[in-house]
Amino acid sequence: MSAGVELDQITVRFGEFTAVDNATLDIKGGEFFSFLGPSGCGKTTILRTVSGFLEPSDGTVRIGGQDMRGIGPNKRPTALIFQNLALFPLMSVSENITYGLRVRGMGKAERRKKADELLELIALPGQGDKLVSELSGGQKQRVAIARALAVQPQVLLLDEPLSALDLKLRQHMRNELRAIQQLVGITFIYITHDQGEALTMSDRIAVMSDGVIQQVADGKSVYDDPKTAFVASFVGENNAFAGTVTRADGDYAVVETAFGPLRGRNSHGLRPGGRAILFIRPESARLAAGAPDATFSSKVKNVAFEGNMSHVFLEGIGKKDVTVTVSRQDGAAIPGQDEVAAISYDPNLGLVLPEGKMARE
Amino acid sequence: MSSRAFVFIIPIIVIAIFWAMAKFEYRNNNDPTRKGYFERNGKVLGIAFIALVAFWTLFLVGLPYLYMVVESFHPQLPPIKRGGPDDILTIAQYQSFLLSKHTDSINWLHISSLGFTIFVSIVVTALNFCICYPLAYYMAQTGATQKVRLLMLCLIVPYWVNEILRAFSLRLLLASKGLINQILMWVGFTDVPIDFLGNNTGLYVGLSYAYLLVMMFPLYNAIESLDKNQIEAARDLGAPWWRIHKDVVIPYAKPGIASGCTMVFMLSAGSLAAPQFLGGPRMLWFTAIIYDFFFQNFNWARGAAYSFILLAVCIALVMLLLRLFKVSLGETIR
Ligand SMILES: Nc1ncnc2c1ncn2[C@@H]1O[C@H](COP(=O)(O)OP(=O)(O)OP(=O)(O)O)[C@@H](O)[C@H]1O
Ligand SMILES: [Mg+2]
Repeated sequence: MSAGVELDQITVRFGEFTAVDNATLDIKGGEFFSFLGPSGCGKTTILRTVSGFLEPSDGTVRIGGQDMRGIGPNKRPTALIFQNLALFPLMSVSENITYGLRVRGMGKAERRKKADELLELIALPGQGDKLVSELSGGQKQRVAIARALAVQPQVLLLDEPLSALDLKLRQHMRNELRAIQQLVGITFIYITHDQGEALTMSDRIAVMSDGVIQQVADGKSVYDDPKTAFVASFVGENNAFAGTVTRADGDYAVVETAFGPLRGRNSHGLRPGGRAILFIRPESARLAAGAPDATFSSKVKNVAFEGNMSHVFLEGIGKKDVTVTVSRQDGAAIPGQDEVAAISYDPNLGLVLPEGKMARE
Repeated sequence: MSSRAFVFIIPIIVIAIFWAMAKFEYRNNNDPTRKGYFERNGKVLGIAFIALVAFWTLFLVGLPYLYMVVESFHPQLPPIKRGGPDDILTIAQYQSFLLSKHTDSINWLHISSLGFTIFVSIVVTALNFCICYPLAYYMAQTGATQKVRLLMLCLIVPYWVNEILRAFSLRLLLASKGLINQILMWVGFTDVPIDFLGNNTGLYVGLSYAYLLVMMFPLYNAIESLDKNQIEAARDLGAPWWRIHKDVVIPYAKPGIASGCTMVFMLSAGSLAAPQFLGGPRMLWFTAIIYDFFFQNFNWARGAAYSFILLAVCIALVMLLLRLFKVSLGETIR
């Protein structure tokens, strides 16, 4: 029923431009797998390679262990949900849903039955005779899912299917998508530039930047243990302090930053003299003094109160502020504007990564 | 009052209608902030616009037609007898299409000519559709921009040459001693030259060529606005290429197809130059008959009657086909 997808050293070039660079991945059958990355990083290109609309310039796509070279999109066990859904406007909801079955030669009565089943699944019973234009955004979304599921694909490919919906509906559809995936048990490959979506729904996430897969891991690891400066800066909020490694002892390294020497976990085994970036998440920092090589101070620029928490913005290096998130339970005093505050953190939660491309912002 | 004078009263009625239409333009519009026609243009300009539009539609479009309608119900008379006692309203001109005037036998010559004209026009329309659909699809959906531009140019440039010259050069190509026959004989395809003009091949080729763009542009426009993802979605769901066209592209492009086909059919049924240069000697093109009535026999009445017969048959056919393919007339001019 569900098949795994293997990408083996996939490269996709458009003329001189390399949209996907040497991507190797092993997506397991039944997995909810997400590609996360900023616009233009090659997510859609990867998806089109899996669905067969694009042949990779190099490398092999295997679905269920079978090499897909030369097999067209209409012959692959995948179904694609488009960024704009691409429902057929001149067909009714039922006709849309059962189109894949019609081209496979299924009879009318049987199609009718199948349509009713699927309408039940997407919680739109009895609405098969409506026109697509009569549906709301969320309903169209569900019809697109039903249309793709109707052909019983082994892999469902979703290209930012929620991006057109408003926030409330998007959050609702996240749960619904996840529930449907668990119900049908097939592999979902999901594309998004919204990290919230990727983190909440996925079993594993591949973070991409400029055609290169930066890291493949489950959501928690991507957040807690990013492998590159790009992932650290793209997923979640992060304070970055660039500098040179001055000392490396055991699991830790000290980076000489504009705020003085600061310590963090040296997961990459960087040696003294190397350029590095120390990342400290806003929620890992405290507004109090701590250990000498895990404390620095800066002037408060402003404070954003958000109910259960407050964001304190302090002067950083260049334009980018240093952010410290203080949750209400901490009971810590929040300094006033223009006060100079001490900031400290647990060196275990500071992360020293080799210097590299950062996410734009 | 003669019936011809009656024609000149109608303008006044139509001006009144136009004025009333302008006056009630926003009657059904519930938006109160919207200004009425006269509020926007002022009284003087507003009236001037209406008068000008009315003048144009009436004197340059409406009246000449109307005059021809009236003319077709008159007998053929020398100028001095016009308006005299012999100038009566009659359907003799229409009758003469069906029955020969003197022998009272069925007028097969003209009837078969009309049939032939309609038949050829239908074939030409179908032919043009078959040529243009793949081309338009390629240009609108799959072709790279550069190539599409070049192709478009290749399609348009020949139409800078005037129609008669184009028809005549085709005739030169297709003649028994023309280039095409010479090549065919040289390759050994045939020993005697093929009579392309006599067997009407020239007629079909010439008419199709003359109205190629008329089919091309509506098709291109219709297909171009189709979302590529729709095509890919159908393909992804397992549809083979012909099903994608049948289920997705053609239904979407139907209004464009209808308007292209209607125009090609109407234009080719009413064309004059191509059939005269390229038609075979055995069959008469209907417009050639009409032309002869007007300019050879100076029988305007009968020419007018024949024109309206052609028009009526064409419109009836187009309406029938639109009904058959479930396209509304409004859609075709979308
Ligand atoms: N057919 C093509 N020809 C040339 N370049 C292309 C083509 N398709 C995509 N690209 C380029 O490849 C890069 C990746 O495109 P892709 O559509 O995969 O991005 P994406 O990650 O899906 O972005 P988004 O989030 O905006 O949808 C882009 O820079 C794009 O310009
Ligand atoms: Mg995309």
